Amino acid sequence: MDIKGNRPIFWLFLALVTLLSACTTPQSRDWSTLAAHTTEVSTDIEHWTTANGVRVFYVRAPELPMVDVRVVFDAGSARDGEQPGIALLTNALLDQGAGERDADAIAEGLEGQGAQMGSGAERDMAWLTLRSLTDPALLDPALDLFGQVLTQPRFAPADVERERQRMLVGLQYKEQRPGDVAERAFFRALYGDHPYASPKDGTPESVRNLRAADLRAFYERYYVARNTVIAVVGDVDRARAERLVDQLTAGLVPGEPARALPAVADLEAPITERVRVSASQSHVLMGAPGTSRTDPDYFTLYVGNHVLGGSGLVSRISEEVREKRGLSYSAYSYFLPMARRGPFQLGLQTRNEQVEEALQVLRDTLVKFREEGPTQAELIAAKRNITGGFPLRIDSNRKIVEYIAMIGFYGLPLDYLDRFNERVEAVTVEQVREAFQRRVDPERMVTVVVGGAG
Amino acid sequence: MRSVLSLALLLTSNLALATGEVHEYQLDNGLKLIVKPDHRAPVMVSQIWYKVGSSYEHGGITGVSHVLEHMMFKGTKNLAPGEFSRIIAEHGGRENAFTSRDYTAYFQSMERSRLPVSFELEADRMRNLLLQPEEVAKETRVVMEERRLRTEDNPQALTYEQFNATAFLNSPYRIPVIGWMNDLENLRLEDLQVWYQKWYAPNNATLVVVGDVQPEAVHALAQQYFGPLEPSPNLAPPKPRPEIPQRGTRRIEVKAPAELPFLIMGYKVPVLLTAGEEWEAYALEVLAGVLDGGNSARLSRSLVRGSQVAAEAGAGYSLYGRQQSLLTLSGTPSPGQDIAALEQALREQIRLLREQPVSAGELERVKAQVVAANVYEQDSAFYQAMKIGTLETVGLDWRVLDDYVPRIRAVTAEQVQAVARKYLHDDSLTVGVLDPQPMDPNARPAMPMGGGHGH
Repeated sequence: MDIKGNRPIFWLFLALVTLLSACTTPQSRDWSTLAAHTTEVSTDIEHWTTANGVRVFYVRAPELPMVDVRVVFDAGSARDGEQPGIALLTNALLDQGAGERDADAIAEGLEGQGAQMGSGAERDMAWLTLRSLTDPALLDPALDLFGQVLTQPRFAPADVERERQRMLVGLQYKEQRPGDVAERAFFRALYGDHPYASPKDGTPESVRNLRAADLRAFYERYYVARNTVIAVVGDVDRARAERLVDQLTAGLVPGEPARALPAVADLEAPITERVRVSASQSHVLMGAPGTSRTDPDYFTLYVGNHVLGGSGLVSRISEEVREKRGLSYSAYSYFLPMARRGPFQLGLQTRNEQVEEALQVLRDTLVKFREEGPTQAELIAAKRNITGGFPLRIDSNRKIVEYIAMIGFYGLPLDYLDRFNERVEAVTVEQVREAFQRRVDPERMVTVVVGGAG
Repeated sequence: MRSVLSLALLLTSNLALATGEVHEYQLDNGLKLIVKPDHRAPVMVSQIWYKVGSSYEHGGITGVSHVLEHMMFKGTKNLAPGEFSRIIAEHGGRENAFTSRDYTAYFQSMERSRLPVSFELEADRMRNLLLQPEEVAKETRVVMEERRLRTEDNPQALTYEQFNATAFLNSPYRIPVIGWMNDLENLRLEDLQVWYQKWYAPNNATLVVVGDVQPEAVHALAQQYFGPLEPSPNLAPPKPRPEIPQRGTRRIEVKAPAELPFLIMGYKVPVLLTAGEEWEAYALEVLAGVLDGGNSARLSRSLVRGSQVAAEAGAGYSLYGRQQSLLTLSGTPSPGQDIAALEQALREQIRLLREQPVSAGELERVKAQVVAANVYEQDSAFYQAMKIGTLETVGLDWRVLDDYVPRIRAVTAEQVQAVARKYLHDDSLTVGVLDPQPMDPNARPAMPMGGGHGH
């Protein structure tokens, strides 16, 4: 049915109108919220390291004749330094020419086998993905091409120039979306001079100055074996998985892992930023530095936030903003755990005339929750939702490959999935209240409002 | 290449056995139940599909199907507003609902043993919804915010909405799913009441369950919960309202705050249900794949990488609809290029499709992707259920899904050229252009768009 990749953007808003916004929690971060079982489900993760230093995470899934490969590099936009956008542009160039092949030949080769390749970059990481049938007549040529993309990108000046221009257009596209404008302003205000402040797609000025040699240097520094995690899920046995990984990554030089990122400082004072655009709605984002992946408070804050604003329509924020007052279609809060403290963010969108009212409701809801914590009943309901829904989190190869890549990238224990349930269950009302009071200060938050005149 | 394809096809047909056969039942009250076992994980998705959507609506009540979808969470004779969601959440479930032109659907994804919870709640709200004035007023405001978010402040969506209403004059496909703002502002409780009474009944619904379940047990549960519901005695299908023949190119311009121009073009084409010959719909699928089936397809290769006239370009077509539809082309020009150049380049692509058969290599690539995608789709129970529900609800049998791969594989280069010649001509074309206005409300109006786009 869906044979067309590269869907035009408008297609998204034709197809469906929904009850709940799909972006109540940030996409592809869902794996942050693993809970363990009520029904017995287990994922046997096997782990090894290749001769040149690539860390491998593998789960056998023999039910379907297909395999998913996800290669993750510590090469996200937090590594941009003085060149905002370089991580994303480097990643975008990988499949635009590699080894003997140009972009046309790479795409033809992969798509002719029915294989699907993907790529992208966020603040912590950059990645390449491959999905292929396991029939050797299809898989072998797909792996051969994917390996070249991984290890022999060309960075030809003409390709760099074209993708650079497209990135500039992408920046303009974001400028016409108030939600994206708000997101950029939010990160800038939240992170000050920390690398997380840098917008992942750069700025017009920085992107204009990126050159092929810069991208090659970035690639040579960060796309190295000891800075790489690879996850494999599918109908391949261990021996085949080992060969597959070697075939893909043997060409990577060992190199050095990326340096640890600096710690994120607390906000010293509240920051409020208002951006006026021609729009009927105002987008509100509020927040502060939240938790890291390995933060001892992570589970407490995660479960607590499920009550506050992390569980769709049944959360307090949605109840107050949407269900009681009809102020916004989407109203939420989340902790986005990252290598260093990712954002704790609350958000909504409402028509310009009522933005002050909505902002007040959002603030009041947070302050009240922080003071009182959840009720016992709310906490029990949240735990039931998280633990009862655990099997849904690993019910497809696609989800499993994302989870194990995340576990590998952040160095979480291999029993992370198996122990998630007990860690969620262990959280108490008192712990939530205490952790929110210690970690969230409503008097020192970033508030960004992007919209039209009231 | 041929041997590779047949190998892959062999794999797919074995797979159908491994994931279980589709079972179909019909209850005495008319409810259709379709169950597809998939035992890979101890979960299931339950979806209920109603034959109603924006293409069932008319002027003055547009958006009523979607507002009603929202109201389905706002209480019944047995449950307080919001209670539905709370119960599903406590059972570890994930839920949502969606409205489109041809359907309104509700789903819960849950651990397999929770199916009775889903059935009990869905059966209750199929017949016992309580529409309360205060809740209607609040939820309509929520939907208006949703419209601002999706459409009013989204220049490409706004352009698409007006383009669509221009392409279709009398067909209900001209109605935006979310409804026109003024209709939302004036929506009455009685409108919702009438709509609910008219369409929410077991004999207008299809229940689809995919997951780690036993079909007979699901059937028994459906009997237990949905069996007692009364069917609607006077259920009449909507009037046909086919679009009148288009007699010449239509063009519109949309001025909205934006940074980038945007072009969308649409040709009137049949869907599987309306095609005189079935193969035409499959040939149009392949044609869309030749244009936009990945990075090796023509739009990426020729327009984004080759001439670089486009920063983005795409094509869209879906063969599963109730009514004649559009094959669309859309895009954003590269810096230094304008809408006129982009339109010319897209028209050139159409000309090539009309004048020359597509190459064997292109055809094989499209087919290889279809064969592989058919396996990949089985990684998602939700998607499998979604396809079954869509086909049943637009009036096609779910068994048509089994035809998809063989029918696509049977499409020839001559057939692709034939549908291009038959349908992709100027007289059935509609063109929409977004003319960007300043985002900064204090800025002076933009210069008129770069010359030459007027025809």
